Amino acid sequence: MQEASPAQVHAPPTSFLRKHVFSLDHKVIGLQYYGLALAAVTLGMVLSWLMRFHLVWPTVAVPGLSLISKVGAPGGIITPEYYLSLLTMHGTLMVFFVLTNAPFAAFGNFFLPIQIGAEDMAFPRFNMMSFWTTLAAFLVLITAFFIPDGPPISGWTAYAPLSAIGSDAGPGLGWGQTLWAISIALFCAGSLLGALNFISTTLDLRAKGMTLMRMPICTWAWFITSCIALLAFAVLLPACLLLILDRTAGTSFFIPSGLVVSDRLQPHAGGSPLLWQHLFWFFGHPEVYIAILPSMGIVSHVLMASMRKPLLSAKVIIYSMLSIGFLSWMVWGHHMFVSGMNPFSSLVFSFPTLTITIPATIMTLIWLGSLYGANIRMTSASLFSLGFISMFVSGGVSGFFLAQPSIDIYLHATYFVVGHFHMVMGVASIFGVFAGTYFWFGKMTGRMLNETLGKVHFWITFIGTYCIFMPFHYLGLVGNIRRYSTFVDDFMGPLMPLHKFITIAALITGAGQLIFLFNLFHSRFWGKPAPQNPWDGTSLEWSIPSPPPWNNFGDVHPVVYHDSYQYGVKGSKGDYVMQDSPEQVVGG
Amino acid sequence: MSSTTYTPVAIPVAQQARTRVNVVARSAADGASRSGVWVAIFAITMSFAAFTSALFVREGGSVDWTHLVLPPILYANTLVLLLGSVTLWMASRAVNAHALLDSHAVKTVMGWLIATLALGLLFIAGQYEAWSQLAAQGLFLSTNPNSSFFYVFTGMHILHLLGGIAALVYLVGQLVGSHTTFRRAAFHNTAIYWHFMGVLWLYLLFVLRTKL
Amino acid sequence: MGKFFAIIVVIIAIASAYPIIAHKYVQPEDISTHGHAIDEQLSDTMAESGFAFLGAQFVLAFFVWRFTARKDGTKVSHLPGGAKLMVVAAFILVGTEVLALGVFGQKAWASVYFTAPKPDDLQVQVQAGQFAFYFRYPGPDGKFGPLHPDKIDEGNANFFGLDPANDVEARDDVVAAELAVPVNKEVHLLMHAKDVGHSFYVRELRLQQDFVPGLDLSLHFTATKPGKYEILCTQLCGLGHYNMKAYLDVMTQEDFEKWMKEKISEQ
Ligand code: HEM
Ligand SMILES: [Cu+2]
Ligand SMILES: [Cu+2]
Repeated sequence: MQEASPAQVHAPPTSFLRKHVFSLDHKVIGLQYYGLALAAVTLGMVLSWLMRFHLVWPTVAVPGLSLISKVGAPGGIITPEYYLSLLTMHGTLMVFFVLTNAPFAAFGNFFLPIQIGAEDMAFPRFNMMSFWTTLAAFLVLITAFFIPDGPPISGWTAYAPLSAIGSDAGPGLGWGQTLWAISIALFCAGSLLGALNFISTTLDLRAKGMTLMRMPICTWAWFITSCIALLAFAVLLPACLLLILDRTAGTSFFIPSGLVVSDRLQPHAGGSPLLWQHLFWFFGHPEVYIAILPSMGIVSHVLMASMRKPLLSAKVIIYSMLSIGFLSWMVWGHHMFVSGMNPFSSLVFSFPTLTITIPATIMTLIWLGSLYGANIRMTSASLFSLGFISMFVSGGVSGFFLAQPSIDIYLHATYFVVGHFHMVMGVASIFGVFAGTYFWFGKMTGRMLNETLGKVHFWITFIGTYCIFMPFHYLGLVGNIRRYSTFVDDFMGPLMPLHKFITIAALITGAGQLIFLFNLFHSRFWGKPAPQNPWDGTSLEWSIPSPPPWNNFGDVHPVVYHDSYQYGVKGSKGDYVMQDSPEQVVGG
Repeated sequence: MSSTTYTPVAIPVAQQARTRVNVVARSAADGASRSGVWVAIFAITMSFAAFTSALFVREGGSVDWTHLVLPPILYANTLVLLLGSVTLWMASRAVNAHALLDSHAVKTVMGWLIATLALGLLFIAGQYEAWSQLAAQGLFLSTNPNSSFFYVFTGMHILHLLGGIAALVYLVGQLVGSHTTFRRAAFHNTAIYWHFMGVLWLYLLFVLRTKL
Repeated sequence: MGKFFAIIVVIIAIASAYPIIAHKYVQPEDISTHGHAIDEQLSDTMAESGFAFLGAQFVLAFFVWRFTARKDGTKVSHLPGGAKLMVVAAFILVGTEVLALGVFGQKAWASVYFTAPKPDDLQVQVQAGQFAFYFRYPGPDGKFGPLHPDKIDEGNANFFGLDPANDVEARDDVVAAELAVPVNKEVHLLMHAKDVGHSFYVRELRLQQDFVPGLDLSLHFTATKPGKYEILCTQLCGLGHYNMKAYLDVMTQEDFEKWMKEKISEQ
């Protein structure tokens, strides 16, 4: 009997469906993820407008909103419970479908195989399944908008027992919450398949000469992120399954006995609400690194091409990311300082949390220090990378406050927290995505984005996001509570002007994103054709055409001779040497 | 800004290394599926660590924990599953003993594979029997916390085992019919996964049996 | 573009720091015995991170100003000291900060959580439910009657599920919708959740603690200044969450006794 050699990774696609829809090609899947993230971020942003609008003009009708929900917004006026629905959907969309999909799944899928010189991912079929599972998760979540009692109102953290009891606990907590839990469970499954693929691909499909330490920093970031994602989603998935059982099968994992909700004694006993919080945050904290690490990688990658010199040390950046990845498993309790867990645990959790700022500071100092002596080319991608550093610093310093249990007693659940996580996780990692988009769009589509529009987009976004999120910190210092749909307490009167300022900034900044959307669509069809290496980059994606052929490198397998960042040297083509060029590197 | 095209490099070392893609892809793809299995095992371990720590928290902190008397058939099932690992191990021996599989070797391997498959299915039937016995005692998924965990653990384990069964069916399918082909890597990876399923079950049984 | 970027970053940094330096947004006056430790910790941290924030933004601005699109023709160069300097600097800067804040900061936490309530404190049970707080005093007998969740009946103002017909201790329990406490007397709060998770937050007391259903926690504090203060729910608990509040009424000892007498006579 014949033993076969395994087939090629896969054959060139022939039919339209195989090429563009059910594609096995990592590049198409990457673009699909990007499209999904774009849809999610657009929706999520519109939801944030509605929230901000409602907070400062609670009695003004939003035209057309009653068409989407007659109950939630009768006559276009948002009800308090609909505010919480918007909040929950905004948070869920942003954290899962934007921050996990765009920097990690979209760019990672497109560029990780290319940057290590592989023809495709290790398991293209799993890869396709992972995208379609994620899309299904998205659709299930969106369905919650169109069911009679509307989307869930328990926030993106879905704390039990509020999320576990069912419709007795309030609107949206019936089918809406069940759909949420199913959606997140599907999302976990999709992400697990994706992470599996990323890890195996990085470990086994590297080209000749591509040692681990020669991989670009963003490849490292995707690799570390997939290791974190593998463990994090492997924990959230069981948690969601248990939640679904509590909701639909009458079990009591998270519901204790003796609860009287809506005048009904609940038929449950013995469950533990804190168990949900522990499982959720065991996933939840690593999740914020899933959101930020890829952007750190992208920004490092872009910065070096902009600065025309390598970072002070790529190794130190990689080791810092590794230690962040490692420490991220020991700090989940910092979300639970006042949750009723043992107060000794709070002290225990605060130490690794403070410690994790050491690698973060090292990375920041390396980025800053590397700018010294550079020769920066100011492109849109460079601007967003530099903006990332500024944002990361601004969001990072507020972490110092929240990492201390004693200060957290006062600041927990205030807008200070909202300001902190929007800056350091939301905006910073979105800046990484923008930087990546301006940097790689040409490679991904074969057309360049318009740089002038890109710069206008940067200035609006950079100044705008500061105007939105910096004041959140001030509100928090005064003691403004988050997740409130209206500020009925005596305290809020003097703060309303600041709230108005934030809302106006949010509307303007949001409008500024239309420039980006226009740029994407216009350039996709009518942009300048992209050259192979528009930014004089050195890594492998710049050694193949834009867009790359279906099997990336054609019939040859690339060979790598250098680490990824030979900038500021004398090469035959200028001040750089490509990673796959056998040239000797002269001078530094 | 300049643009570069991919120009073939001109030094001999590079020439040698520019091998055809599919030759390189062979070992690399097999290696990737090997690490894929280990990565999957890692993730599954993590999931069950979450499930079982949920049990510890739930049992440790509650007053309504009634310890379940496990149906004795579970121990028979355990034996069946472990026996399946033994037959699969026999199959591995046969595969390893033949650099090229002749028709005799194919028969041996196929025999052991089918035995493993049968034992796996028997295990699932046995687990189903355990469920029926519990149900007959009035113990359902939502009856008490311990029965909840029992059904969840056994159910999730079977769900993962079905993946192994599918892989075994695929391997048997490769051995029958003349046009088909046999991939050693796929075989070995299935074996790793199957043995892991046995270990996982032993762990779950231990957790379910133990009183805190 | 580099100079423009630098200018904007500097403006943003200064504009962000201004409201803080000018004390435009500060926490309300502290009325607790433990709060000053938290406030001190907060302002120390503010000084240290404010310094880090401004320093980093200014360095970023300066380097971008200086090193963008250089026409001086010199080659790119590296910061003397290189990565090693950065790593050492990070360890020293953050290390001391971690030690300073982490170690000394534990005092403030300990003063809230690791001190035992005094034996002669005033015990009050607080129950959080969708979307109101209720407070229960043990009454003259000094004992709380047991709770029966099945007896909860909001219509008849039996918010806690008391059973005075059968439980002697429950007969004299005083239930109120506000938390009245005497000034400078330690209060021992016994926290009970009726339905889902809630939280007890009084800004002026520098106190926040979640209610966990099925897990009765306790909390103790001493209020030092008479007045009415908001008690807010800070744990998302459903559609009325934004409106779930009650008042902490800190009174003199005499006023408190008067208040208590009135309440007892109302029962
Ligand atoms: C267009 C810019 C954005 C604006 C104006 C905005 C605004 C808001 C507002 C007003 C809230 C509710 C605060 C509250 O009531 O507690 C909120 C919550 C939240 N936002 Fe954003 N946001 C924006 C972008 C993002 C991004 C990019 C992310 C990604 C990290 C994000 C993640 C979240 C999360 C996780 C929550 C918490 C939801 C919850 O409490 O369950 N947002 N945002
Ligand atoms: Cu965290
Ligand atoms: Cu509440």
